[in-house]
Amino acid sequence: MHGLINRSVQNFLNETYGKNLWRDVAGEIGLSPDGFEPMLQYPDDLTEALLDAAAGRLGKPRFALLEDLGAHLVSIEPLRRLLRFGGADFAEFVLSLDELEGRGLMALPELEMPSLVLCDAAGGRFRMQVHARWEGWVAVVAGLLRAMADDYGALALIEMEEAGYGAAGIVHVTLHDARFAEGRRFDLTQPAAVH
Amino acid sequence: MGAAAASPAVPLSPPALARLMPMFLWLSREGGILGVGPTPEKPLAGCRTVGQPFDRHFKIGRAPCGQAQRGFAEGLVRRGRLHLTLVARPATILRGSAVDLGAAGRHGVLLNLSFGIGLFDAVREFGLTEADFAPSDLAMELLYLQEAKEAVLTELRALNLRLEQARLSAEAQAQTDPLTGLANRRALEPAIGDAVAALDRGGLPFALMHLDLDRFKAVNDSLGHAAGDRILERVARILRTETRKGDVVARVGGDEFVLLLHGVSDPCRLKELAGRIIARLEEPCLIEGAPCRISGSIGGVISSAYARPDPDRMHADADAALYAAKRAGRGRCTLAGAG
Repeated sequence: MHGLINRSVQNFLNETYGKNLWRDVAGEIGLSPDGFEPMLQYPDDLTEALLDAAAGRLGKPRFALLEDLGAHLVSIEPLRRLLRFGGADFAEFVLSLDELEGRGLMALPELEMPSLVLCDAAGGRFRMQVHARWEGWVAVVAGLLRAMADDYGALALIEMEEAGYGAAGIVHVTLHDARFAEGRRFDLTQPAAVH
Repeated sequence: MGAAAASPAVPLSPPALARLMPMFLWLSREGGILGVGPTPEKPLAGCRTVGQPFDRHFKIGRAPCGQAQRGFAEGLVRRGRLHLTLVARPATILRGSAVDLGAAGRHGVLLNLSFGIGLFDAVREFGLTEADFAPSDLAMELLYLQEAKEAVLTELRALNLRLEQARLSAEAQAQTDPLTGLANRRALEPAIGDAVAALDRGGLPFALMHLDLDRFKAVNDSLGHAAGDRILERVARILRTETRKGDVVARVGGDEFVLLLHGVSDPCRLKELAGRIIARLEEPCLIEGAPCRISGSIGGVISSAYARPDPDRMHADADAALYAAKRAGRGRCTLAGAG
């Protein structure tokens, strides 16, 4: 798995549960506390061991941990900004997820992202397939969508179905109110840097 | 709509439309294809398009739409942002919007499309050129940016690998005794710490051996430092062959060595191993043509002798055992706590 993904798990554990938990998890999987370099590749087994160790120490189901990770990704400002480029409101954002993999690959060709396929979109109800080599992605996507709904100020219900054997995971989005609350601000460009 | 009807119409010939918006699609109100711009025409090469129903070639989103009927055109205009896919090539996404042509869409609807993020694949797959995009389209800038970014990224990727390799080799060097290639104290202490931590998780017991060479100083003084170095290299070879792959052999001083032996809890086995090492050290050998004989004294300690093993305490006990071995006449091994 790409270092960027491993590193975001590391940062998530560090920032959410504290340095000590991260140190214990790193020690358990034979990693120095410095952890992962974002721009290097790591064997998949290491990511599996990382998630098992974290879920085990927190006594949390793996899918719940991955949903929290998805939500945490939205708290990273540069990433939140890239996601907000998807659309002017939450419904448009969901419609744009078809293009998320393409956008991710454009940024970093070696980054392995899930392929999201919007199957139904009618009357504020969306059904999206999450195709990926790694079945955990569906939980990350569900957590990310929940946080993005908040970011847009939308009231939406996000539910997921885990990927079955040989089948894609499914995320259901029911949009109740696109303007439920004041969303977080997003401008297409950031203020020019002052030199 | 009312305002649009009142303002003067924009008369555009199909060739002018093709130049201004090469990715247009002109549909009748019922969903028949009336015209296709030259660029979306390319993926449909060889297919009849004009006169065919819209859903013969296009789908809205990925779902089959089957909406080529009354009210179809209004539906497209109302949707705002459109996502279309090609029936023949479902991976190709076309993005755009539709407007009415003429009063209340009397002349159908006009769509202007773009490949969105699928631009790179589309250009590659359909052999598109600069002429396939309007000069006002930013497609060329996007392609340029992608190439430039990839070139920079390739350099950075290579730099990352070089730095990572340099880091690994610096780390290895910092933990290695340059003369013998054995571990040094910097590598040894964390390894012992790990072995103690592993005990808490149900890991195997381990043993430590402190080894001091006997008569090394005399050989060093009589044959010179270069000969002394050859002897230390020979000792390193012996220690390496007598231990297993996961064990740690460290040179921690001039003629002082520490061995971390995993999975050892039997004092007899430890004594046997120490005896073998001493016997091999004592084998006569020629160093730079001169015959020389050295020996070694060993103090050993086993983690399972402690309720709560502590590295400092174990080192101190192994040292005490080593001095007991030296006092008892050198060339022998004493175990801590074994009297």
